[in-house]
Amino acid sequence: MSKISVSNLNFFYGKAQALHDISLDIPEREVIAFVGPSGCGKSTFLRTLNRMNDTIPSARVEGQVLIDGKNIYEANTDVASLRRKVGMVFQKSNPFPKSIFENVAYGVRINGIHKDKADLNVRVEKALHDAALLDEVKDRMNTSAFGLSGGQQQRLCIARALAVQPEVILMDEPASALDPIATQKIEELVVELKKQYTIVIVTHNMQQAARVSDRTAFFMLGKLVEVNPTQKMFTNPDEKLTEDYVTGRFG
Amino acid sequence: MDRIIDQQLDLLRDKLLLLGGTTEAALQRAMRSLTERDSKLAKQVLEDDKIIDQMELDIDRFSVEILALQQPAAHDLRFVISVAKITPILERIADHAGSIAKAALVLNDEPQLKKYVDLPMMADNAAEMLRTALDAFTAEDATASRRIIEQDKVIDKSYKRVFDELITIMIDNPSATASAAHLLFVAKHLERIGDYVKDICELNVYLREAAFIKHSKIQ
Amino acid sequence: MIMTTLTAACAFGVVAVLLLVLSYIAYQGITSLTFQFLIETPKPVGEGGGIGNAIVGSLILLGLASLVGIPFGIAVGTYLAEMGDGWFGTIVRFVADTMIGIPSIVFGVFVYALVVLQQGYFSTLAGCVALALIMIPIVTRTTEEMIRLVPKSMREGALALGAPQWRVTKDIVIPAAMTGIATGAMLSVARVLGETAPLLFTAFGSRFYNIYLDEPMASLTVQIYNYAISPFEEWHDKAWAATLVLVTLILLINIIVRFITRKKY
Repeated sequence: MSKISVSNLNFFYGKAQALHDISLDIPEREVIAFVGPSGCGKSTFLRTLNRMNDTIPSARVEGQVLIDGKNIYEANTDVASLRRKVGMVFQKSNPFPKSIFENVAYGVRINGIHKDKADLNVRVEKALHDAALLDEVKDRMNTSAFGLSGGQQQRLCIARALAVQPEVILMDEPASALDPIATQKIEELVVELKKQYTIVIVTHNMQQAARVSDRTAFFMLGKLVEVNPTQKMFTNPDEKLTEDYVTGRFG
Repeated sequence: MDRIIDQQLDLLRDKLLLLGGTTEAALQRAMRSLTERDSKLAKQVLEDDKIIDQMELDIDRFSVEILALQQPAAHDLRFVISVAKITPILERIADHAGSIAKAALVLNDEPQLKKYVDLPMMADNAAEMLRTALDAFTAEDATASRRIIEQDKVIDKSYKRVFDELITIMIDNPSATASAAHLLFVAKHLERIGDYVKDICELNVYLREAAFIKHSKIQ
Repeated sequence: MIMTTLTAACAFGVVAVLLLVLSYIAYQGITSLTFQFLIETPKPVGEGGGIGNAIVGSLILLGLASLVGIPFGIAVGTYLAEMGDGWFGTIVRFVADTMIGIPSIVFGVFVYALVVLQQGYFSTLAGCVALALIMIPIVTRTTEEMIRLVPKSMREGALALGAPQWRVTKDIVIPAAMTGIATGAMLSVARVLGETAPLLFTAFGSRFYNIYLDEPMASLTVQIYNYAISPFEEWHDKAWAATLVLVTLILLINIIVRFITRKKY
């Protein structure tokens, strides 16, 4: 069974339809990349997977998004626990105005996952370790998260997401604001995290999609044009539109 | 609006076609140096091989540059890969032409064994295959490429006939063995050129269809 | 270049005027400023006397008004920023904006009618109500502006961890906006510390030390007013000294709050 199974999804901002009849299955422990020109709906689609679009008053969803076989748009869905299960990392690193430790601990605290203070420490350390950041911050856990570099802040945000033990991680252009070295670290991390998590990554960087993902989905004008193994998408896509996009022939 | 990469890919194609044309000319001139017993032309062919080597290097460098700087994908990527793989094949064909020229230099100093009939025919076949293969590359014509691959069998058959004929000569006339052996090598070179053109055609199919048809029996 | 020079000149002019005012107050006030003056109650002309009860009175009035006005203002401001996009929010925002524009004496008269006349006497409580009413809209609007400045991405980060909206507001948004909110609160404190008119109708003033909420209360501004409008030269000097104390007090509060709410993260 697929980890995520989307069928006939339509999404509207007020009267404007942003996503058209999207169906897509994502198996467990797959890295799938969403690519496409700006405004193609890939980020909107990503945000339907943990109901982040709920914050937009005019947003409306039709169709099904099953996660582990359960429709997350059912009325009785607990959005908090959905978001705990489907973590998210954003384009711009967004640490909280708190210490490094408290940033990672926050999700654990609000969800009441930890048993006691010692358990909380263990969880925070593990999350930082899994986000490949522990060594760089272990001597300054109680200093401000804003003191970290951009790349470190982004890994802190990944650690923050990991700390609540999600099963799926959504990444919305996680490296778009980072330099190549910090980007490479994030990419290595994605490949490492794949062993445990299902990862959906939106990116404008085609090479990044090529490097980290198992499959690539190409969106345009709110439609899913093609989804195929990444290797195929970059050497011999099925659709002419995809070919034009991956070869930069748009204009 | 043209993409930057388009100009570069066009340039790369031109360079490859120039190499192909030069190689084809080398083959024809080598054969002419043999059939017309023109040792001066044979020397010229050997001399010109350096130019072909230079062209190969140039294309290699340019392919790598495009890969590194333009990061081509999909068809663009297959195009650069195909060019990068066809280039050394052409260079090897030119090497075979050089070997034929070398054989001509030796044979031209000896009395002619017999009138050359099958060898020029083989050579014409090989040159024709090469030219159509390069045309098929330009047109990205997979059908034509598959047809050319079939044509290789004709060359293989000719080779077998020439082989048998030359062996008979060697047995009948032991004093002609050396010359016959040289001719045998010329035939072998032509047969190899046919194989190489086949490889080029397989890459044409890859360029068009992204399918590796080489060793398709294994798959 | 011309622009830079011009703007720099203007900035310099403003600072110069401010320094002039402050130094003139200091120059005039320092002569009468003694320890006795700071602790004694007012006495008849020629017998000395000071502003001790007025300082205490001002602090009590200010403290109580802040205790009500600041939390209330922050609450309303938070509501407006986080949930106030509907018609109700628009009304609240309009009311707050209007209240900011109303002269403070109106609040004095309003509380006089509503509290003083009802109770039948001037009182500290009435003074506090008047001051709090002035503070609330200021705190409300600055809080709203500051909270709106907190980047959306920060809220989303918390929401994405499964935090409910109210936790996001409480744990992330308000702390992130704290410095700005404190500045707004400071503005309101400084504003009401300098108010005289609303207190004349409410806390009225007193010649004694007082801590009871149902009795009239002295305040620095009213005391300065009383000293200043008198015909006596000696009292004029005392008015200057009291003014110096008032300005110093405002400065001190500013510095202390800046220190407490300095950016920790």
